[in-house]
Amino acid sequence: MEKKYRSATTQRKVTNILVHLFLVVLSLIWIFPIFWVVLLSFRVQKGQYITSFLPSQLTLDNYVKLFTDTAIFNFPRWFMNTLFISICSCIITTFFVLAISYVLSRLRFKIRKPYMNIAMILGMFPGFMSMIAIYYILKGFSLTEGPFIYLALILVYSGSAGLEFYVAKGFFDTIPRALDEAAIIDGATKWDVFSKIIMPLSKPIVVYTILKAFMAPWLDFIFAKVIAGADPRYYTVAIGLYTMLNKENIMNWYAPFAAGAVCVSIPIAILFIYLQRFYADGLSGAVKG
Amino acid sequence: MAKFAKKRVTEFPEVIPVTEALREGDIFTKLSFLIWGLGNLVRKQIVQGLLFLGLEASFIWYFISFGFGALADFITLGTEAQTEVFNEAKQVYEYLPGDNSQLCLLYGVVTIFVAIGFFLVSRAATRSSYIAEKAVKAGKKPLTFKQTINEFNDRRMYQVFLAFPFGGLLLFNVMPLFFMILMAFTNYDRNHLPPGNLFDWVGFENFTRVLNTGSDLGRTFWPVLGWTIVWAIFATFLNYILGIILALIINRKDTKIKGFWRFIFMLTIAVPQFVSLLVVNTMIQEHGAFNLMIKELFGAGPLPFLTNVTWARVTVIIINLWVGIPYTLISVTGILKNIPAELYEAAKLDGAGPVTTFFKITMPYMMFVMTPQLIVSFMQNINNFNVIFLLTNGAPATDAYYRGTAGKTDLLVTWLYKLTIDNKDYNLGAVIGILTFILMAAMSLLTYRNSASYKEEEGFS
Repeated sequence: MEKKYRSATTQRKVTNILVHLFLVVLSLIWIFPIFWVVLLSFRVQKGQYITSFLPSQLTLDNYVKLFTDTAIFNFPRWFMNTLFISICSCIITTFFVLAISYVLSRLRFKIRKPYMNIAMILGMFPGFMSMIAIYYILKGFSLTEGPFIYLALILVYSGSAGLEFYVAKGFFDTIPRALDEAAIIDGATKWDVFSKIIMPLSKPIVVYTILKAFMAPWLDFIFAKVIAGADPRYYTVAIGLYTMLNKENIMNWYAPFAAGAVCVSIPIAILFIYLQRFYADGLSGAVKG
Repeated sequence: MAKFAKKRVTEFPEVIPVTEALREGDIFTKLSFLIWGLGNLVRKQIVQGLLFLGLEASFIWYFISFGFGALADFITLGTEAQTEVFNEAKQVYEYLPGDNSQLCLLYGVVTIFVAIGFFLVSRAATRSSYIAEKAVKAGKKPLTFKQTINEFNDRRMYQVFLAFPFGGLLLFNVMPLFFMILMAFTNYDRNHLPPGNLFDWVGFENFTRVLNTGSDLGRTFWPVLGWTIVWAIFATFLNYILGIILALIINRKDTKIKGFWRFIFMLTIAVPQFVSLLVVNTMIQEHGAFNLMIKELFGAGPLPFLTNVTWARVTVIIINLWVGIPYTLISVTGILKNIPAELYEAAKLDGAGPVTTFFKITMPYMMFVMTPQLIVSFMQNINNFNVIFLLTNGAPATDAYYRGTAGKTDLLVTWLYKLTIDNKDYNLGAVIGILTFILMAAMSLLTYRNSASYKEEEGFS
């Protein structure tokens, strides 16, 4: 009997070791490209073609070049551009998303259901199918040249916020309606209900909406490319870094690209991982049983 | 039945049908449909009345100065092309500007939207007059301007809250989309680019060209569609099944440092895709890191990751596992914990091994719970622009496809992008977009409307 027991524990130990080994191998595979970018950013060789797998010596030159050699690729300026655009569009988007989610969740009016159906249909068209048309509309208002590109990008990033109500609406749906009704009996207006009752109860979803809206301009490279066009002064980081990997630039800018990628990825990754918690909280609802 | 009717009335208390206003209202209310604000002015709502009148004046000014001409141009899409004239004095060719078909189309669309707006404000003006009329008849004072404004704080707050997002949506989503859809019915391609050339309406010609299996376009469309569907099936189901297995392994009772493993996998999706995928793209090049590693370890020649069709297709599916498995891991971890433990215990008593348990208990349960999400992710994969565009950009290129516009790993969306941005075949891009939409709409109609979240939307309220 004892012998059998012992063999069962050894078997369990072996399985455990195998499982952990498997996880280590998988983690290495998963982490490898990220490790590769970080390694690249410290490489001495600037170009894409490398002769040895592990670099012979490490250097900070690429970071220095990225922040000082601003004649062609003005990374610090792109960074500030993106920061400015994302702060502005984040404010507008957050207001739009929360407003529309609240209205769809709490109020009942005639065009509510039709609106939700139309939003679903609009969501099914490939997102950038309308991009060319948007470009010409913006051009019609002469917003595609000079500093107006900022305004154009802010408008584009916040323009479609009316479609992004699903998560926030789902959260508002879980806040008991009795709270609203009690407040209305006490003489509160609908605006009071929104600002004094719903918002304080919805912190996770507010944070989620803000962070998501803030991250969008850092991640998009399609719209930015079409709207900012050929003028590198108004690039965002995504489109700027993307340009560094063009055929004519990659020989000199591959390693600085990696340095830029590291600079952008660290804050975005931190925000993303922070966001996950709020997302999970948001999905589980406002009032816990 | 009566209860039901009553409920509907309380649900939308503010809506008075315009037909009722036109039927029951007095002459001023009826005239308000044509002369906005008349009814308000008669009922001494001076500010509201003047605002309506001013709005109508600006609408009419727009139509007379611009709108009617734009509508005429919208029908013809321009009649005079740009002409080249030799200037004797300067000894150079000069261009006399003609009509710009693209602007004709754009201004036409804008004018149609303005006309719809005109009609909607007409209704609002009639309704506003009718409300004031009813108040006067009931012996009450019609709302003052200040009271009307205050209403937006409370009863009509939804209008304010909807107005701005709705405006943004209209300007940056609906109108551009409408504009693009119209392009599918024109011959706005690389041979008809304004301002040098005119383009014109051609009806369904583009659709027949794309769908016809014998034409040069059809010979591209059908294979690209086929690969798009194959890709979406693999990308969705492989990611899903392997993601669940990984989640199960991490969630095993005996697995240590669970949070650490989850963190590692999450890190890869936390890095922006344009960074991670672009880097992987450079790694799978002929002289990239992978081939270098293979050369250093095994001394073998470069593998054709992006040059051989089958290699490239398998490569993107495998690299997409790297992108997609962490997403599955995040979304299923919570749900896996909800599977009743009794099921597993019963299976264990019956002597089922981990493989049997997985296929007989875990998978059926997960499929049952997560079918809607699976369909959403299938549709996202059909439109998975980032992975293909950043990873292969459609490579390997082929001459077999329409004028070399698509490569062998291009999906419909990336082909659409290349057609419009790189090749300026706007009409064909629009057709592909519409066909993609039809594919998605058909799928979601079949599934989304049957899903629990759509039916039980009111469950909590």
